Amino acid sequence: MNKEWPIWEIFIRSKNGLEHRHAGSLHAADAEMAIQNARDVYTRRQEGVSLWVVESKHITASNPEKNGELFEPAADKVYRHPTFYTLPDEIKHM
Amino acid sequence: MDNKTRDLEVEFQARIDSGENIEAKDWMPEKYRKTHIRQISQHAHSEVIGMLPEGNWITRAPSLRRKVALLAKVQDEAGHGLYLYSAAETLGISRDQLMEQLNSGKAKYSSIFNYPTVTWADIGAVGWLVDGAAIINQVMLTKTSYGPYARAMVRICKEESFHQRQGYEIMLTLCNGTEVQKAMAQDALNRWWWPSMMMFGPRDEDSPNTEQSMKWKIKKKTNDELRQQFVDQTVPQAEILGLTVPDPDLKWNEKTGHYDFGELDWEEFWNVVKGNGLCNKKRLADRNKAWDEGAWVREAATVHAEKKANRRLNKAV
Ligand SMILES: [Fe+2]
Ligand SMILES: [Fe+2]
Repeated sequence: MNKEWPIWEIFIRSKNGLEHRHAGSLHAADAEMAIQNARDVYTRRQEGVSLWVVESKHITASNPEKNGELFEPAADKVYRHPTFYTLPDEIKHM
Repeated sequence: MDNKTRDLEVEFQARIDSGENIEAKDWMPEKYRKTHIRQISQHAHSEVIGMLPEGNWITRAPSLRRKVALLAKVQDEAGHGLYLYSAAETLGISRDQLMEQLNSGKAKYSSIFNYPTVTWADIGAVGWLVDGAAIINQVMLTKTSYGPYARAMVRICKEESFHQRQGYEIMLTLCNGTEVQKAMAQDALNRWWWPSMMMFGPRDEDSPNTEQSMKWKIKKKTNDELRQQFVDQTVPQAEILGLTVPDPDLKWNEKTGHYDFGELDWEEFWNVVKGNGLCNKKRLADRNKAWDEGAWVREAATVHAEKKANRRLNKAV
């Protein structure tokens, strides 16, 4: 029998108050082992206070070839940004 | 090449030229993919094989302080191998294939690890010189164009700096010790200097891939530029130790603002690359032994995970 352990994506919260961020990936037989391995591989220097592990096959990624239709429509919508609106100089905090 | 591929390649090069990173799912030329699989996996194999010459000294470290440091360093190198294997896997090669390439001897790894660590001073010299040379290369690679590789490098560079410092501290302690200890440090420098210089690879004129690698921003500096950087940075460190770099042609060049240095023994370089170094066979044999003896652990973990999953399923029914 020779079966490769599945790949897991590892997310780390570096401290409470911050979001989990993708750190990298690793192989493990199951979720428990993925947590153990993630601890050894990615948090040897107090990099985290919480870990998420997700088997890579469960992540659906957007297709880069569709980047145009997905993300370009936002490019010409400057009115969604505060700098689009002109105010008199006297107004300080707005 | 058809027109569509040509257009894609032009677009790809434009992205690289504008400083964009390439990510795993982006279109890339087949050669870019292949070159990266080869380079990243060689790099990963080097981290993994690199544990062997140092692991050799963990049980014989002269104090607990030295032992925990060396243990932590070797553990880091295992981590570096893992980060890099993961980066290579984003390009469509499996971990088992990568392991097979290493264990069968098909894949290359850095020749430096085919030299033996015969005294404790070698652990100092390896940390100082070998990690020092690796850091120069790796700092450059944090800016490499392939995103997963660049991110692995950032993580690795953060961890590397203690490696070099712990090595240098070992050298410093020996150099401030007895005559015998200082001689041991000098002997280690004598044996590790030239192999460390060789870590940057062949001379630029003998390195046919450099041009393409620079164009794709895989590398941002040539082998000779990196080697010069290593010499300029390391020679003053040797002076502080009171050791002599074993190169009679080494001297400061006022005009260039760099050290001039002697020619490397390229015959030895190619000989070790071809597999005839002092430890090539032993390293591969040790690697295969570890892989084979770990087989039952990998299998048992798989079966155990399946059993647990089934048990959860049965409970749910
Ligand atoms: Fe490393
Ligand atoms: Fe290192």
